[in-house]
Amino acid sequence: MLRCFLSRFGQTLAVLFTVSVIIFALMRLIPGDPIMMILGDDFTQDAYQKLRAKLGFDRSIVIQYLIWLEAILRGDFGDSYLNHEQVNRLVWEAFQPTLTLVVASMIVGVLIAVPSGIVAAMRKDSAWDWGSMGFAIFVYSMPGFWKGIVLIWIFSVYLGWFPAVGYVAPWQDFWNSMWRLALPAVTLGTFFSGLVARIIRSSLLEVLDLDYIKAARARGVRRAALVYRHALANALIPVVTVIGLQFGTLLGGAVLTETVFGIPGMGRLTVAAILNRDYAVVQGAILVGVFAIVVVNLAVDLTYAFLNPRIRVT
Amino acid sequence: MAQPLTVDDALPAPAPSSGEVAEARGPSSTRRWWRRFARNRGAVFGLAVFLAVVVMAIFANVLAPYDPLAQGVGPANQGPTWSHWAGTDSFGRDMLSRIIYGARIALIVGIVSVLLAMAIGVTLGLVAGYYGGWMDVLIMRVMDGLFAFPIIILAIAMMAVMGFGVKNVIIAVAVGFIAPFARVTRADVLAVKEEPYIEAARLAGVTRPAIIARHVLPNVLAPIIVQAALRVSGAIITESGLSFLGLGPPPPTPVWGSMIAEGRNFIVMAPHISTIPGIALMVTIVGLNLLGDGLRDTLDPRLRR
Repeated sequence: MLRCFLSRFGQTLAVLFTVSVIIFALMRLIPGDPIMMILGDDFTQDAYQKLRAKLGFDRSIVIQYLIWLEAILRGDFGDSYLNHEQVNRLVWEAFQPTLTLVVASMIVGVLIAVPSGIVAAMRKDSAWDWGSMGFAIFVYSMPGFWKGIVLIWIFSVYLGWFPAVGYVAPWQDFWNSMWRLALPAVTLGTFFSGLVARIIRSSLLEVLDLDYIKAARARGVRRAALVYRHALANALIPVVTVIGLQFGTLLGGAVLTETVFGIPGMGRLTVAAILNRDYAVVQGAILVGVFAIVVVNLAVDLTYAFLNPRIRVT
Repeated sequence: MAQPLTVDDALPAPAPSSGEVAEARGPSSTRRWWRRFARNRGAVFGLAVFLAVVVMAIFANVLAPYDPLAQGVGPANQGPTWSHWAGTDSFGRDMLSRIIYGARIALIVGIVSVLLAMAIGVTLGLVAGYYGGWMDVLIMRVMDGLFAFPIIILAIAMMAVMGFGVKNVIIAVAVGFIAPFARVTRADVLAVKEEPYIEAARLAGVTRPAIIARHVLPNVLAPIIVQAALRVSGAIITESGLSFLGLGPPPPTPVWGSMIAEGRNFIVMAPHISTIPGIALMVTIVGLNLLGDGLRDTLDPRLRR
């Protein structure tokens, strides 16, 4: 177990390193002089040279990377070029709504996917199977931003049941927050449910085909007990992994969902920063987002190893 | 499987065969594949949708009733009527014509970006898998890094670096799909590499690049084609997402994503501006996903029963 943990941990560090190099390279490839961008329109030659030396832009590219990495490791992401706020604070403030949206969507998605996936597998090739898998591929294929607009049109404009835009943190006013979160969470959560329902179905079908299930069936165990007592636990182990590994997909989906529903999260922060050419913010937001994904993936893998003793030996 | 057993099902999954043998059985195995594919109703529906979108894109200039860029061909923000089946937008442009032309951008970006990602990813996967050693480590660690990025975020960052335009959208979308192709290819190369016919070719003095091109690549192609088919829909969704955010091809190019975005401001008085292009986008994606699933189920020897 310890060796497995250490090797996964090492891999994660390697990925984080590569991610940091990719982001650093992307930011250096952006056309334009970052020093002039930080200083704005009005500066002296002296100030220019000073900042250039301070940021290490007169050194070699490897040294520049190390200086940059060292600042990042200290948790210093620099200041926004636009309004000189600390990027740390901007990203942290934007991270909370995004995380709330992603977690709420996961809950919505699982609540839809688990029953529909189980029903589809239990009654394979029936109308239930066709219906729930048809629904899954339908919601999975709907582009999230468009689904959001259609939901706004139906439930905000036409019926007036939910607000179209806005965000309130759940710890400030829980019910108000849930009310505002309902449409965005359904938008992103149904996409997620489409993905998970299909995996639950195929995983359950695979387990139901195994010998120990056949043996139980031969002993006369009823079909419902067979699924719930014998098959489900084993079938859900890979599903737990999939749910965790989709954290990144959901974070990506949140970018568009936030834009549609006016949620002040990471996606909106990143897109606005790109349109404003505020690259310190772009870099900080992407870095934190991808680091979060990599760390969640590590946690999922370790949980999987814990849940499923069969794969520990690697 | 509930379907009746056929001779096909009784046979073990065919092992990767060398070029000549595959050629000799070519026509019959294609026909057998088609019979499997045609049984899959979803896949056939997906293929029909895909062909319809292709026809729409190729013959857009014939099919579109109006010039997609001409303003004021009808009253602004009008819902569907007999003269404008999909209504008009805020500039009085004909929505149906814009949707038909929009199929061009969607298909071009979807297909070209996947082909580009495939060319790069497969090459990297072949090199990493076949040569192994430090090249494998280097290539695959970079792929791991790329894989950690959500595709839309990588595409957004690429657009920030490169600026707007169709060509840049294609590159930005392609970058996100390189890693999956490299991984799939490498995994299969590792298996194929150990086959006796590869060893035979090596002992016969065939050079490594020739072995890779002539013996390894043909035998890892099926999962790569499946992967490509499954990724086209993702590429189109990513392009629409970029366009929706205002990072896609610049206006007034007819693009489904930007049309949906433009309609947001008129959602109360003219909801058709957002909703109708979205239906075109959704039907295309559903079709491509069903087609991709069908190809995966019928083409991937590992899934074939």
